[in-house]
Amino acid sequence: MAKLIQTEEETMLQDAARALLDNSAPVSRLRALRDAGQTRDDALWQEMVAAGWAGILVPEAAGGVDMGHAAAHVLAREMGKTLTVSPFLSTAVIAVSVLRQLQDSRSQAALKAIAEGAHTYALALDEGAKFNPDRIELKAEKRGNGYVLNGEKRFVVDGGTADRVLVLAQSDDGLCLFDLAADREGLTRSSTDMIDSRDAADLTFENVELSGDELLGAAGDGASLLRFGLEAGQAALAAETTGLAQAAFGMTTDYLKERKQFGVPIASFQALQHRAAHLWCELELTSSAILHVGRMLDLDPGNATLAVSLAKARATDTAQLAVREGVQMHGGIGMTDAYDMGFYMKRARVAAEWLGDYGYHAAQVARMRGF
Amino acid sequence: MGGKMTTDTGIEFADTPDFRKKIRAWLEDNCPADMRDGASGEGANCWGGRNWVFSSEGQRTWLERCAAVGLTVPTWPKAYGGAGLSRDQEKILKEEMAAIGARSPLNSFGIWMLGPALLKFGTEAQKQEFLPPIARGEIRWCQGYSEPGAGSDLAGVQTRAEDKGDHWLVNGQKIWTSYADKADWIFALLRTDRDAPKHKGISFVLMDMRSEGISTRPIRLISGASPFCETFFDDVKAPKEQVVGEVNRGWDVAKYLLTHEREMISAGGQVMGSGRALGAVLANSETGLSDPVLRADAMRTEVDALAMELTLERYKDQAEGGQGVGDASAMLKYAGTELNKRRLELVMAAAGSEALNWEDGRAPTWLRTKANSIEGGTSEVMLSIISRRILGLGA
Repeated sequence: MAKLIQTEEETMLQDAARALLDNSAPVSRLRALRDAGQTRDDALWQEMVAAGWAGILVPEAAGGVDMGHAAAHVLAREMGKTLTVSPFLSTAVIAVSVLRQLQDSRSQAALKAIAEGAHTYALALDEGAKFNPDRIELKAEKRGNGYVLNGEKRFVVDGGTADRVLVLAQSDDGLCLFDLAADREGLTRSSTDMIDSRDAADLTFENVELSGDELLGAAGDGASLLRFGLEAGQAALAAETTGLAQAAFGMTTDYLKERKQFGVPIASFQALQHRAAHLWCELELTSSAILHVGRMLDLDPGNATLAVSLAKARATDTAQLAVREGVQMHGGIGMTDAYDMGFYMKRARVAAEWLGDYGYHAAQVARMRGF
Repeated sequence: MGGKMTTDTGIEFADTPDFRKKIRAWLEDNCPADMRDGASGEGANCWGGRNWVFSSEGQRTWLERCAAVGLTVPTWPKAYGGAGLSRDQEKILKEEMAAIGARSPLNSFGIWMLGPALLKFGTEAQKQEFLPPIARGEIRWCQGYSEPGAGSDLAGVQTRAEDKGDHWLVNGQKIWTSYADKADWIFALLRTDRDAPKHKGISFVLMDMRSEGISTRPIRLISGASPFCETFFDDVKAPKEQVVGEVNRGWDVAKYLLTHEREMISAGGQVMGSGRALGAVLANSETGLSDPVLRADAMRTEVDALAMELTLERYKDQAEGGQGVGDASAMLKYAGTELNKRRLELVMAAAGSEALNWEDGRAPTWLRTKANSIEGGTSEVMLSIISRRILGLGA
């Protein structure tokens, strides 16, 4: 197995990402978008496209740079540090990881459109309040060469603004995965006013007519096609969440050094020192899981499930601790909207639920470890 | 036959491309049947030394065969009794040993602690004199660090070594000396300059436990065992050449060694649990899998244990890549020992009343883990090291 150390190439990518994001997407950018009631930042996405990020997992033949999942995790982590608003995970990670399993010309064209920045994607999967890819009731009825979709999807991240939607539906032949334009007749998108000020929507499908060409793979292939897309997305989300946790932690330790009470910096209080040190240990453990899952997805993708769930579980848990401690150790200022820590706490909560929460992934780990 | 360098047990392991195949064959040929039961822990292994009584002929044979080819200390240089293996090869060796349930041929503080310190700080003469007997299991070492007044504040040691020209005259008391009553030699931190700042007046000194004036008294612990002793020094003469590193610079050696010790204790979870998943522990218990609270605790612990394993792997990779682990060993020690305590709490809870008698064996292991977060620096000291030296939080 490859070593669990960030390579020089990855460090260079990290530095480049940091420079781009600090310039175009500091946390103040999220604040400005929120204040303007917007959840989509086209200029930033086009900048990312130009930097090759949209095609980070797209094969070179389809116009991508094909740098692999560990590299995608470097980008996701850096985005997490400043709460970047972008369809990167939905589009460049999840949709690409689904599409590149298919060799047909429409899928290759779809990959090309993503790498070029022509299309963004959202994954419409959840139907209940909890992630459960095994319980899909949205119906796909066969009609002629095509299908008719009826049903509802909830918590579709990036679903309010995406150009295209991947939809998992139940048919007589089993689960089917469709790739359709988001402005299709009969598809109603209702944006949610999310606590993290990011895009999510509920989607209603009412007699949405699809051609056979919009079915990915064969009928009944939905679950297996989506599986790797989900794993890639879960791992990249874990990386993003870890970046979020690292940044919240950094803000907190900076504040401990700067804030004075009783005439001394509060960093001199052992009660706070030990909690900060404990949190740092948790971050170290989680970072190992992130490095590991990147290597697994790149080198042994068929056996990455344990590594994926471990990373998502750990990252979820660590980020929640980091933001709880972040607010508490900042005291009153941490509760104010003017201060950024609240953004981190709210994003951590949403990221915890998306693509499976701690309980879901811990149960996956337990199952694979013989529980 | 005559000119051949290898014998039945003398075999060149390093630098062979088909290392795994070769080591597997060697283990198959050489590991005695009764050393293949997968047993681990303090009671199951040979600790060596002048007074060691082998538990079986197999245990003796296993030690001798491994020592003959350097496999008691696989990564040490061949010149000092090792096999000169790389860490990747050592990993393969461990995997192959685990595959047949081979016991460790030799446990010792000489291997884990003194050896690494001598390799880094010892003179060539000291390496030649002390390392090969450690590798062969002939000399058993103990560590004289803590004192009644110097626990977490280790640099406060007061046991004195006075310069008497051709020797040191040692007086004082050590405590928590592991297996001092069974050890042949001791490496100890002694105060050689009482006027210097406390970290700068300490020397790292080696002494034969048969020296006149050394006595030991075992301490009975809550687990019923007595692995630790009090060690008394009453006008003990130690030859001058038995100082490792520079006089009054013993703290450097001690710090280096503590790093090793912390890594070792943090890896304890793997050693003691033999990598057995908690799921198996629960599955073999009466209510383990159906008790939702126990199950949830175990799942959480399993997630953290896997992340810990990867972190040990990552830090080893970093160390090999030339990036030192340094103060971060405090993290390994803190996280590893706290995790091991959680693990054994779960083992006890899953076992229920079955584990509440002394014969069962789980209770002493559970109780023993409570010392993990005290010995080698308490969890609280580790957190203070992290917050001050890594995070820069301080007064």
